Parts: sequence; structure tokens; C-alpha cells
Amino acid sequence: MTATISSKHFVILGAGSASAIATARRLATDGHALTLLARRADVLAESAADLKVRGARQVHVIATDLADNVDQKAILLDAQAACGVIDGVLVFYGVLGDQARAEIDLSHAREIIDVNFTSAALWVLAAAEHLETHPKPDQVLLTISSVAGDRGRRSNYVYGAAKGGLSVLVQGLAHKWANKTGAPRAVNMKLGFVDTPMTADIEKGGPLWAQPDDIAQAVCRAIQSGGPVQYAPWFWRWIMLAIRATPAFIFNKVNL
Amino acid sequence: MIHMSRTNAIRSWGRVVRADHVLARPHSLGDVGAAFDAAKARDLTILGHGLGRSYGDSNLNPDNILLATTALNRFISFDRETGVLRAEAGVSLDEVLRVAVPAGYFIHTTPGTRYVTLAGAIANDVHGKNHHSAGSFGENVRAFGLVRSDGAECAVDPETAPEQFAATIGGLGLTGLITWVEIQLVPIAAAYIDQTLIPFSHVDGFFDIASTAADTFEHTVAWIDCTARGAQLGRGVFSAGKWAATGDLIAHQNGGPTLPVDLPGQALNPLTLKAFNTLYRWRQTSKPAVSRSHYSSFFYPLDSIGNWNRAYGSKGFFQYQCVVPHSTARDAIPALLERIARANEGSMLAVLKSFGDKPGRGLLSFPMPGATLALDFRNRGAATLALMADLDTIVCDAGGRLYPAKDGRISASVFQAGYPDWQALESLRDPLISSSFWRRVTNS
Repeated sequence: MTATISSKHFVILGAGSASAIATARRLATDGHALTLLARRADVLAESAADLKVRGARQVHVIATDLADNVDQKAILLDAQAACGVIDGVLVFYGVLGDQARAEIDLSHAREIIDVNFTSAALWVLAAAEHLETHPKPDQVLLTISSVAGDRGRRSNYVYGAAKGGLSVLVQGLAHKWANKTGAPRAVNMKLGFVDTPMTADIEKGGPLWAQPDDIAQAVCRAIQSGGPVQYAPWFWRWIMLAIRATPAFIFNKVNL
Repeated sequence: MIHMSRTNAIRSWGRVVRADHVLARPHSLGDVGAAFDAAKARDLTILGHGLGRSYGDSNLNPDNILLATTALNRFISFDRETGVLRAEAGVSLDEVLRVAVPAGYFIHTTPGTRYVTLAGAIANDVHGKNHHSAGSFGENVRAFGLVRSDGAECAVDPETAPEQFAATIGGLGLTGLITWVEIQLVPIAAAYIDQTLIPFSHVDGFFDIASTAADTFEHTVAWIDCTARGAQLGRGVFSAGKWAATGDLIAHQNGGPTLPVDLPGQALNPLTLKAFNTLYRWRQTSKPAVSRSHYSSFFYPLDSIGNWNRAYGSKGFFQYQCVVPHSTARDAIPALLERIARANEGSMLAVLKSFGDKPGRGLLSFPMPGATLALDFRNRGAATLALMADLDTIVCDAGGRLYPAKDGRISASVFQAGYPDWQALESLRDPLISSSFWRRVTNS
């Protein structure tokens, strides 16, 4: 509900995830326009109504399976036609999958890799090109990745590999844009444990579990400023530094 | 699809009871009906559970299902011209205000915390400082969605389903699972309250001030020093407020300190209580008589400290809130204060307020024309229960009753004497919905 002069347009991929919803709510409260992409049309319609009440200037919804073979470039142009030049593309979607199953069921492994890496990577490439060809000051491309991509470990290395790949892709993009004046910013945000429906079956507790709104707050801050690699909550940077630095002969004894 | 898990982590605000529940967490309104299927399959009952701000056991259903409404937190529509707002059951008053205030609206009445859900506000027909002028929360409810175990969701409004409407307002969540709520907001010119403070040196002074202030002030409440005795019994400070006519429309901010751990149970003892009450009175009376404050500090002083309920230690505390009719209040309230002061118990923030004559729209609405007293007692076991039983006797003899949202221990006879319509609610209760509170006060 702030002045529409500063109102921007953000495209949210995977708008059904808990962290994406919390982020969209914060952006709506600030009066921005939003394009939401997710699979379920009914969920999108509910979200659109909610975000309009919260103050979004405009909400445009596109029901599609982001992991499918879709025409990313056309979809971004459609979003731009609906709500104006895009100020930010936020890639939220992902699937945790089941590591044990992925080790024996290769189609499940493929699904984890396709959703978290292949399709996300194509969206990032399409969005990067779109932002470059439709420039505006302070554009941002932000991906949600995971600390699981920082070091492979037995409990989730298929998911970790896919997310790690995505992290490297965005790191490269950030490198490409780093010294170009007027280029967008690329930000890869690595999340730790978040209390969401995606993790509903995991036993929770302790200070490491963040709420979706904690992530949303970090994302909204990262949209404004900050480096290309961010952790949410922030303390994961130091936890992962320690985990990456742990020698294999010790790491191998830890059941992670 | 509805996610279910076992947990012992859910407690009511008083933190006295810790029990096992099966927690159902629907993520959209369409999932709510599935909770009844799960209940039937497991032969359990259900109870809707929001932000857990009820103090006793009216929001608990041990060994049965609690349906968490926290993820049902979407707004559905808001007409900025008329102030009609519709939202899902789990949207909190906190969120409503963040949308409503910048648009120039406020909820028509508010309890002392904004961390209650819309469904919870209906289920307890909550009241606030403006009860004498505005009535309780049910007044502003235009309609709500209700899912019962025997069918699909239906919209309930006072015209088409008056019986179900009246049973659900203040119905403790027993008539069905509330899915969405539509309320009428009221316009405000600014986000500020002009407050007038009037000290009084004996509880008699309260009644004199309250009867004159009711006509001139929209919001009134008094803080009482519950440690004072004798000639100073029930001394306190009367606070009266009106919405400011000018100023900005900036909604409250969240954040601020949170109590990270339980304080030791001994932190609040007769000595510290006496000291706090004396200091608080000194601070209130040394403030300017007239001042302006943001609505958040006027209505929600305790919301600025997260988890303030941990101040009473690991054994938790009881909240005691009763109402006695005007005709007996001038004797009953001093009698209650006398008994509390004699026990050397009581709380930092005891409040006294005169309710207005507007009858609640619910079968079991708590407010009645009279005076309401609310305060906390730390849980010291049998001694605290005995003290409260004595207070119950005074309240019953005066023709009063207790507030179910605050209660976790009254007997069936005390409850039934205060709420003669309880059987009408029982007959409209959904057979698959129950609570610890309801089983106790109906002897079932």
C-alpha cells in the first residue's frame, strides 16, 4: 500500500511453496505487482485473492507445471504484457524427493534432477536472457537452492547434487553480470531447514528450523541488496563453512 | 489430503496442561472436511485450534484431534469502500489490522491481544474495552462458513440460519469447523487513541467513574492494584480512550523482545507483586492525565513481549475472569478483591471493566450487563484451586459467571448455573466435535 511509483513487478516460479507464499505476501503488502506460476489453478486463485487484499497492485496467475517442457520465453513475455517490465524473477520451486527410493528407482532420481536442476536451469537461462533484453534499473534474478548442495551427504545426495548444480549455474551468471554496468543481479539463496508442508514428515525441533516468513524476510532483503550467494537463515553460512572444511575421515563417521 | 501427526507440544496459554494430541494440519479450505473422515476412521473427536490464546482447556482435546487452522490464513476479499472483509478461519486479528488500518478501518471490537484468529474470536465471542458501546465480537460478524461432520460446508448468517449462527457465536468451536469469516470493519480517522487516565483510591471510586465515563468514552478499562487492602482495597487507575480525529494510518509493527525461557516459578511472589503494583500505580499516576498513543500500545500492551506467559514459570498459571451483574457488583467485586488480597496472590495486571447492556448474539456469549474482573494466578496447585473455588462461590452467589476462554477447572454446576442455555448448545453441537472443557462442564 505504499506509493505505486516504486511499485515493481516480480515473477514468482513455484508460487505454491510456503516460502514463496510468505515472500509474495511481503511483496504484496509493499504494493508490488506479482505474476504467480504454479501447478494448481485453484491454489493460485486463492493466493491471488489473498495478495490483492494485502495490497498487491496487480496479480497475474499462470497455471502450469514448471518442470514440464514449456516455452519459458513466451511465458515471461506474457507476464510482462500483463503487469509491465519485469523487475525480478524468483525461482522457488523444488521437490525434496526420497533419497532411498532414488537409489533404486531411477525414474524417481530423474524426477528429482529434472525438477530441481534441469527445468530450473532452463528457467534461469530464459529469465536471464529476458532481463538482459528488457532492461530496467535494479533487476534481480533469485533462485532458492539448498545447503544440501554444499557438500554431498548420504541422506540426500541426489537432491543435493541437483541443487548444487543450480547453485553453480547461478554463481556463473552472477559472475557474468558482476562487472557489467546496469546488468541485473543474480542471487542464489541457500536454505537450511524450513518448517513447511514439504518437510511435514520430518521430525522438527530445535533452533535450526526456520519459519517460511523468516525465509521471506531474507529473500526480500536479498532483492534489495547483498552478494550473489546468501544463506537463510544467515547462520547456515558458518555451519556449511565448517561442514565443507571437515576432513572426510571425520565427516564419514557422522550420520548426516 | 490432510497431514496428521502426534504431538505433545500443544498447550493452552496458561501452560498448566500438557497432553497428547493428534494434530491435523489442512493447507486449504477444501481439506477441512477430510478431518472428519480421519476422525470417523479413528473413532476420535475433533476440535479447531488457532493461535492457542485461550488460557485453560477450552482449546484442548487430549488424545483426540486438534485441527490447526494456522495454514488457513488467506484473505478472500476486502471491499475498501464498505469495509466488508472476508478471510479464512486462521487469519489473525494481527493480519486483519495490517490490511485494515492503512485503508482507514479497524475491527469493531478487539480483545487484549491481536494474536487470535477470526474463528477463535467467533468461538469465544471475544470482547474488548469498548464493550459498553459496541458489544462483543459477534456484533460485526456478517457470515461464516461451517463444515459439519454430516455434510458439506455451508454459509451461516443470522438471517438464513439464526439458530446455528447464535450457537456458533461464543459456541467454543463445538457446532462445526469454521472455515471462513466475513466481518464488517469500522472506519477510523487515524491509528491513535486519545487516552485519559483517572486514578481512584478505592474500588468504590471505579464504579462512580465508570458510570459517568461510559457515555463520553468509547473505550474504558481500569487497572486494579490487587495487592492493596483495607481503605485502599481495589485502588487503581481508570483509563478511558477515544479514537483520535487526526493523524496517520500506520499499522502496528511486530517484533520486540520475547521471553526465551521460563522464568523461575518464584519470580512472581507476593513481594515482587506488591512492588510491581506499587510501581505501576506510581508510573500510571505520574503520566499526564491526557495523552495520545498508538492503538497497539493502548489495546495490546502485552503483545509487545513475546511469550509473556512464560513469566509464570514452568508450572504455568490460571487466568480468572468473571462477570457479575450491576445489581450485585458493588458488593461482589470488593468481596472478590478482599479474598484475593488475603491470599497474597494476584497478578501484575488485574483489570476491571463495566460491560454495556448490549446482549451478546451467541447462546453462550460471556458478557452480560455488569462488571468484569480479570487477573492471573500463578499455579501453586491446591492452594490456588482453593482460592479460585472461593471466588467461584462469590461469583455464583452474585448471579455471575466465568469466561470459558479463560477457564480450565470450574465445576459443571458453576458453569451450568452461569450459562442456563448450555443444553441448547449441546443439542446443536456436532457429535464429532468436543473439547476437554466441554466434557468437564457437561459431565460427559
